Amino acid sequence: MPIELKMPALSPTMEEGTLATWLVKEGDEISSGDIMAEIETDKATMEFEAVDEGILAKILVPEGTDEVAVGTVIALIAEEGEDPASIEAPSGDTKPAPAPAKQEAKEEEDDAAAPAPAPAAPTPAPAAPVADGDRIKASPLARRLAEARGVDLASLSGSGPKGRIVKADIEAADGGAPAKSSTAAPMAQSAPVDLGDIPHETEKLSNMRKTIARRLTEAKQTVPHIYLTVDIRLDALLKLRSELNASLEPRGIKLSVNDLLIKALALSLMQVPKCNVSFAGDQLISYSRADISVAVSIPGGLITPIVAGADQKTVSAISTEMKELAERAKDGKLQPHEYQGGTASISNMGMFGIKAFDAVINPPQGMIMAIGAGEKRPYVIDDSLQIATIMSATGSFDHRAIDGADGAQLMQAFKQLVENPLGMLA
Amino acid sequence: MADQYDLIILGSGPGGYVAAIRASQLGLKVAIVERELLGGICLNWGCIPTKALLRTSEIYHYMTHAESYGLSAEKPGFDLKKIVERSRGVAKQLNMGVTGLMKKNKVDVHLGTGTITAKGKMSVEDAEGKKTELSPKNIMVATGARARDLPFAKADGKRIWTYRHAMVPQEVPTKLLVIGSGAIGIEFASFYSDLGAEVTVVEMLPRILPVEDEAISKHMEKTLKKQGMTIMTGAGVEKLEAGAKGVKAAIKDAKGKVSETEFSHAIVAIGIVPNTEGVGLDALGVKTAKNGHIEVDGYGRTNVEGILAIGDVTGPPWLAHKASHEGVVAVEKLAGGNPHPFETWNIPGCTYSRPQVASVGFTEAKAKEAGHKVKVGNFPFIGNGKAIALGEAEGFIKTVFDAETGELLGAHMVGAEVTELIQGYAVARQLETTEAELMETVFPHPTLSEMMHESVLDAYDRVLHI
Repeated sequence: MPIELKMPALSPTMEEGTLATWLVKEGDEISSGDIMAEIETDKATMEFEAVDEGILAKILVPEGTDEVAVGTVIALIAEEGEDPASIEAPSGDTKPAPAPAKQEAKEEEDDAAAPAPAPAAPTPAPAAPVADGDRIKASPLARRLAEARGVDLASLSGSGPKGRIVKADIEAADGGAPAKSSTAAPMAQSAPVDLGDIPHETEKLSNMRKTIARRLTEAKQTVPHIYLTVDIRLDALLKLRSELNASLEPRGIKLSVNDLLIKALALSLMQVPKCNVSFAGDQLISYSRADISVAVSIPGGLITPIVAGADQKTVSAISTEMKELAERAKDGKLQPHEYQGGTASISNMGMFGIKAFDAVINPPQGMIMAIGAGEKRPYVIDDSLQIATIMSATGSFDHRAIDGADGAQLMQAFKQLVENPLGMLA
Repeated sequence: MADQYDLIILGSGPGGYVAAIRASQLGLKVAIVERELLGGICLNWGCIPTKALLRTSEIYHYMTHAESYGLSAEKPGFDLKKIVERSRGVAKQLNMGVTGLMKKNKVDVHLGTGTITAKGKMSVEDAEGKKTELSPKNIMVATGARARDLPFAKADGKRIWTYRHAMVPQEVPTKLLVIGSGAIGIEFASFYSDLGAEVTVVEMLPRILPVEDEAISKHMEKTLKKQGMTIMTGAGVEKLEAGAKGVKAAIKDAKGKVSETEFSHAIVAIGIVPNTEGVGLDALGVKTAKNGHIEVDGYGRTNVEGILAIGDVTGPPWLAHKASHEGVVAVEKLAGGNPHPFETWNIPGCTYSRPQVASVGFTEAKAKEAGHKVKVGNFPFIGNGKAIALGEAEGFIKTVFDAETGELLGAHMVGAEVTELIQGYAVARQLETTEAELMETVFPHPTLSEMMHESVLDAYDRVLHI
């Protein structure tokens, strides 16, 4: 039997990808660790490494193919002793099917194959028939959890021995997001828009755009948002920043306002730990470190590189790290662990003159801070009307996990830190 | 010229020597440095020789109860010297075995005290004071731990013993005080009690075997009392004075009342301290926790590159099999492999007293603490045919499941031979089986293992034989 090479899931959220380039050709000898192909995922272009050995007998999905669903057989490898020439492409569904259709089919299969939840009594669960040939390696517990939480096993790569999917993989993929990915359906089935005679052009969605659409739909449909806004006086922070920048100049570091706000948010989360949480079905996960996802606009979309442990880092370290992450983000070179995860987010639209806005939470995170522009406004100081630099910040909180009063406390802590910024340096 | 090694392992206990074999299998040039005996505490002064002693006391117990099996044994007796000789012989045999394994796997053995003198430099001083300088690319600290002393009374080996003295007794104590009721304390209490000593166990926490499930502690306390032991929980030894003929102990009981009692001997088994002194860790800045244990990640890596640590010296659980597994994982990672760091909760623990205790995973209380809704199964030995045939009808097997997912969170056993049974549940946990697979598994009849099946069935209200 030739080894079937399948479209890998290169990130937990990946459902399909573009097979950008084959780096090997039919007849090549493959050994474990060889880079076989480049695959464009929803977020970045990544290398696909071989885990098996043998001779590449047949390429089934040519390079440049879009929307190759995870799990699709893309090539066949002849094992030792097999004649590569005798291997034929099998008939049937190995053709790259468009993702949604394939996914539905997969779900049906899973339903058939997964063991029925064992009843408490009195009959035992019937032994689950293994319906299909391309068995997914997963522990019984992982199968049961995947079914309960609506995680598609075929979309995961397992971290257990020989790629076996284990409990931790389901938990990582699920991240507490609630059941069945029904949100995929509306997108796929969106009714054609009646354009009439409006001049227009249509453009195929990029993988990143699809992911953004799916994630935001999921967030807005499943996470009840609560929004809390405060006005924050910036003068002290701006003054501190220029002083710091003067002394940091020899080191070539220039702090942005956003670097300081990242630090302020991280510290606020540590001060109000009830907001540094994830709602995970029947559990609440509380984090003891603040990893801040920072929204960065990049060509064709948006990505959120993470400043891990921002509560512990100095502002200059955050600044240096952010600069480096943002640059690589723009080149599409972030590694998955650099943009997946995070305990809370920050999104700053100040540079566009936006006064205030409500951001969409990035599940499974519990909150996102939306930063408006710092602008000179009339402001009452000591009972007299004066001019001060003010910015509005709006926190969006997952109301399932975070009560209004706790969110308010976080906003207060944030305001306090930004208005008295020396506290961030100590 | 200094020898060039990929890896030098300091300490040849079950962590160190197993890591050395694995390293050799993976093609690393490896040496082991040992200041005493190959095999470390485990097989020279711990797990193995105590099992030899406990086997003796177990057989002696059967001999004194021969009648109940239809046998007659007139006035069974024992020769303590021969009992100890047998135990030492067993340890010696395994020590030779490790020597052979090192040779077979081409692991160089340097006998002497190793000190890390700088990054990538180790100096080994042998018994004659001769120094050998080695320059390994990596150093793995597997120096283990030793018994903790009471702050006010040092073990003298005459009247106040640690496990090490208790293993090579000259006489059976007439009246023995065991301080601490972890696995080591309870095993010696059981051994000496079966040989006829009058035993008192003092435990500071509210129950004996405090890391086990509460139901297990309760059952053990009841059983040991029935065997004639005195068990004092929530109690502390405040003073311990060794004299020529015995020890005087001031014991504060759970109600706070202090009373003085005379014992012939006392065994101190109140935990261990890691062996980190003289290794040279401080100079390199290797991070240790407050209690002295070396801090490591899931692959045995310390904060200093090129310095690894495994086993007891890195913290609890202080178990040989934990050390061995950590050693293998650390070496595989070092050799560029992709091993899986393991889950502490999946490490089984065993106590070889009479009756035996074995467990893996969460206790019922710990599972609830972690936020699980649980289903609990229990099955008693009295409901098992093999147990009755063996004349071992005391004990039970308890299983704890997550009520929603069916995950086997933990299993807890007390009774005959349970230390040989627990591995079934350890495999189940590692493979992440749910109750469904366990229910569908066929257990051979008649065996004690059938109780493992029944306990699972009981958790789901399907138990058959009670």
